Amino acid sequence: MSETKKTDEAVIPQQAQAPAGDSADREVLLRVEGLKKHFPIKKGILQRQVGAVKAVDGIDFEVRKGETLGVVGESGCGKSTMGRVITRLQDPTGGTITFDGRDITRLRTGQMRPLRRDIQMIFQDPYGSLNPRHTIGSIVSAPFRLQGVEPEGGVKKEVQRLLELVGLSPEHYNRYPHEFSGGQRQRIGIARALALKPKLVVADEPVSALDVSIQAQVVNLMDDLQEELGLTYVIIAHDLSVVRHVSDRIAVMYLGKIVELADRTSLYEAPMHPYTKALMSAVPVPDTKRRGQKSERILLRGDVPSPIAPPPGCRFHTRCWKATDICRTTEPQLLELRPGQRVACHHPEDFADQAPQDTVLLSAAKEASELVSTGAAAEPAASARTDTAEEPATEDDAQAKPAADTAAEPGADAAEKPAAEAEETAGAAAADEPAADAAEKPAADADVADEPASDVTTGTGADADAEPDVAKESAAAAEAAAGAGATQTGPGARTSTGRAGSEAAASAEEPAAGTDSQESTGK
Amino acid sequence: MTELSKTGAAVGEPTSASQPPKAFLEVRDLKVHFPTDDGLVKSVDGLSFSLEKGRTLAVVGESGSGKSVTSQAIMGLHRLGTRGKNVRMTGEIWLDGKELISAAPGEVRKLRGREMAMIFQDPLSAMHPYYKVGDQIVEAYRVHHDVSKKVARKRAIEMLDRVGIPEPAKRVDGYPHEFSGGMRQRAMIAMALVNNPELLIADEPTTALDVTVQAQILDLIRDLQKEFGSAVIMITHDLGVVAEIADDVLVMYGGRCVERGRADEVFEKPQHPYTWGLLGSMPRIDRDTSERLIPVKGQPPSLINVPSGCAFHPRCPYADIPKGNVTRTVRPELEQVSTGHWSACHLPAEDRERIWTEEIAPKL
Amino acid sequence: MISYILRRTFAAVILLLVVSAVTFAIFFLLPRLAGQTADQLAQQYIGKSPSKADIAAVKHNLGLDQPVYVQYWHFIKGIVAGATYDLGPTTVHCDAPCFGYSFKNHQAVWPELTSRIPITLSLAVGAAVLWLVSGVVAGVISALKPRSFLDRTFMGIALTGVSLPMFFTGNLAILLFTYQVPIFGRTYVPLTENPAEWANTLFPAWCSLALLYSAIYARLTRSGMLETMNEDFIRTARAKGLRERTVVTRHGLRAALTPIITVFGMDLGLLLGGAVITESVFSLPGVGQYAVQGITDNDLPKILGVTLLAAFFVVFANLLVDVLYAAADPRVRLS
Repeated sequence: MSETKKTDEAVIPQQAQAPAGDSADREVLLRVEGLKKHFPIKKGILQRQVGAVKAVDGIDFEVRKGETLGVVGESGCGKSTMGRVITRLQDPTGGTITFDGRDITRLRTGQMRPLRRDIQMIFQDPYGSLNPRHTIGSIVSAPFRLQGVEPEGGVKKEVQRLLELVGLSPEHYNRYPHEFSGGQRQRIGIARALALKPKLVVADEPVSALDVSIQAQVVNLMDDLQEELGLTYVIIAHDLSVVRHVSDRIAVMYLGKIVELADRTSLYEAPMHPYTKALMSAVPVPDTKRRGQKSERILLRGDVPSPIAPPPGCRFHTRCWKATDICRTTEPQLLELRPGQRVACHHPEDFADQAPQDTVLLSAAKEASELVSTGAAAEPAASARTDTAEEPATEDDAQAKPAADTAAEPGADAAEKPAAEAEETAGAAAADEPAADAAEKPAADADVADEPASDVTTGTGADADAEPDVAKESAAAAEAAAGAGATQTGPGARTSTGRAGSEAAASAEEPAAGTDSQESTGK
Repeated sequence: MTELSKTGAAVGEPTSASQPPKAFLEVRDLKVHFPTDDGLVKSVDGLSFSLEKGRTLAVVGESGSGKSVTSQAIMGLHRLGTRGKNVRMTGEIWLDGKELISAAPGEVRKLRGREMAMIFQDPLSAMHPYYKVGDQIVEAYRVHHDVSKKVARKRAIEMLDRVGIPEPAKRVDGYPHEFSGGMRQRAMIAMALVNNPELLIADEPTTALDVTVQAQILDLIRDLQKEFGSAVIMITHDLGVVAEIADDVLVMYGGRCVERGRADEVFEKPQHPYTWGLLGSMPRIDRDTSERLIPVKGQPPSLINVPSGCAFHPRCPYADIPKGNVTRTVRPELEQVSTGHWSACHLPAEDRERIWTEEIAPKL
Repeated sequence: MISYILRRTFAAVILLLVVSAVTFAIFFLLPRLAGQTADQLAQQYIGKSPSKADIAAVKHNLGLDQPVYVQYWHFIKGIVAGATYDLGPTTVHCDAPCFGYSFKNHQAVWPELTSRIPITLSLAVGAAVLWLVSGVVAGVISALKPRSFLDRTFMGIALTGVSLPMFFTGNLAILLFTYQVPIFGRTYVPLTENPAEWANTLFPAWCSLALLYSAIYARLTRSGMLETMNEDFIRTARAKGLRERTVVTRHGLRAALTPIITVFGMDLGLLLGGAVITESVFSLPGVGQYAVQGITDNDLPKILGVTLLAAFFVVFANLLVDVLYAAADPRVRLS
């Protein structure tokens, strides 16, 4: 996995996105176009179809040889269904699946069978996916029997080699699954999946059911195997941290559609879709300094709408703090707005507004933004932190203010120690980097800068505009800052003025110091 | 955490075992053993800690560490049911001046659900599928308050509203399976808090939930704690959650406490190889991850055949550093590292310091 | 729910028609295929030592020389509109619903059945209540104290009960408690006449029948309860501070009983079709006895009638059980 970081960010965006030589030049192994999977709902005396659960409702992506595509999303987003459909464990309702150049969408069972050597699946539940009545030797050798493959040296030898490959002892050939722990069972599942040297392995939540320390073992194992055997993975998971670790490219799904598809660096450092941003901000980070900042947390209201009746237009508009009228009426297309980053959004974060003429927020968005104000609040502290790691005390003061403001906001525990926080934030510059920081860096670096329009109502946008002389970078920083939290409403406006103030103050130093500080505050 | 000596008694207090402590909740040398056909399962083997009202203690550990067993021991749940006769619980659990292990089961029952309440990991299976959510909350209320169903129902609606469930008057008649995951967990929280308990134990309340919902629930718990001033024990394996919400941390391994202290100290300067292992195995969303994860080698220990000496020694990369093979033979006692920060490790403090600053921290 | 019931009822009617057709085919088509002539069939139909005239009458009335589907059509028509049989000297009218006419004892089948159903019902329902209560109680106690003395005793009795055949237990019961020590009555007395005597006569029959089924229910309840008491919601109930008694009944039993009730419904449905052996042993003039008569006498109309009745009860019990389950478990969505 790439070592891209600070150093790269200062340079051209292109490099930041490309992990060590790949992507664009590799051939496509799996291509999915317009894939749909609907589960019919039948009601009434005559059992007529009255509706359908649109689990997967039109997605496009491709997976290249040797890379790992991570698919993330929450419950109801359709990622598990997608996993089963692309391996043809279930039949798609629409769209096409092309594997290794061949259209496998409508192949019958018999025709699919030989292909099953090349497409394999690892399942989530290590306890349920192994037949308790079979020995593990039998389980791992089953693929050979079913496909009529005779490896040289015999099946048993090959199975033992596989067991060793995944870190199990070959002597366990005759043991039963219940004699193993969860992590070991998952390894058995991996061994089974790899038996016939598949080209593509789809892993459905391979580590969610495991303890943290075991997760790490299995993640490393999958990593190693990929290198050794040149595997291509599609990893479906809900844990963003794990996905960040294992994937080259990541697709974020929401209610049956892909809302963002980007390479790892771009996604985690500069997510463009509001949902991605919200998702990332919600992940709790093992860093106690972040506490008190109820912060950077974008709280999405309510629950995911039902896939039976997905909202019209952009599916996320009911919970998005930036939704405008166009979001309700027109579904945004998944477009490659930046090289290597595709987003389906009318008002992407940190980027040119795709529908700049539409600025009136929907009422739901206004409500949603209340929850987000706290997020925005933390941004400036964060951005100031990273951007100005070496800045003089003045910076710190300027930071202290917004930090204090934001602390006051939620009226939460933060209020108790704004001073302490300011210190912490200033001091912790080098040490920790919340995701939001990451968001700002590329924003600051990349000469994107546009934006205020995309950023919701009052405060930030206005402020940013009010300071046209502020270097592009600081504007971008402010924008990104606001972006992460999106904010608005009273408190939001308050902080944004504060923020803009400090930003303006910092602006002079920022453009110059920005890139420097980024390079030096290595992670 | 009030300062505790090794045995768990507050420093400055007489260490006599039957003296009620000053702390709101104090556990002293708790042992919970289950005799089974395969042998004696030592789920909790000598655990001590204390907690004050208004503070949150996170109990961290993986499966088999004993964290759930501890919380259920506090609630007195082990003595119920068919296994109740066999369980062997020793030690002391003091809740607000009352000792629970030696108390009569009827006494403890009266405290359950009122002074101390618990919320569980999977709200779908934790609620009875046949009864309406409102009815289940009403039941929780009426067990401890002699009121009419009508009054109780009003209280139930009030609680549902308090935990953020929209349209509570309608949802009160819904069944658990009709709620979404997050709403269900909120309903469970409502059910637990309906009697304003002073101690809330949350056993992995967000593990089964989506990450955005998890954020909402953690916020809710934090708010409610502030409002009611209760003590909260949060059991989790997710260090991110710990950092979010805990004042104090207790790391468990093999039924024992390996490290204990204030959350920021434990994260800043962890003092036990297992804690290092946990921190190293976690993939982090806030860090760029080019490094491989550093897993803890091996498997969690059997609680029947707990490794001799230090329970962690088979998996510890530093087991050979302490002299005299002590890690394999002598069980390490909790030793104070700094004020309020304890660790049970044979590694000399200087070695720990060195390993942390030179080897572990840079990689995280 | 309503649409579900309607759909199932519709399906049930179809099913009953199919059952009747199949039964009809077994009785009237198969012998033909096996080579029997109409005369031989008529002879069988009428039973032992018939006269030539009788045979001819039967043959004509039942249309035995006609194709099977015509016969079937007449049969169905009879159910709806009644049928008339010309027996030469006399004409017999079988009122609707006419499920056949026994040429043996010269009675229409339906009135016979209706007069016997209450007896079978008394037997079946009484025994059912007994076996349900005893089985469940024993099962619950066993589950709460697994491997205790009580548990082993209950399971032991249950095992014995299910292993001993009815003609043994039944006869033993009669011998001991009706004859040797005359506690119980000997002849059946309808409920409406004298409830006390009714119960008195039926009691040994109830017990013998219950012993047979109780075992299954005790085991089912035991395993169901053991599983249920390990569920998370039991832990929550305890955590709320409920008394253990409440936890066991309101939370545990309520959940564990649902699948048992459904099995119960099926068992009762089958039993209503005629507890043949029990009725014979205890000389109860119920549907089962009627069936035995028909079989011994080779009286096809009787057999056909009983078969259809039994089918009806089973199908109905099936539907009732599904509806009950949905009513008990709010998670179940009928579709």
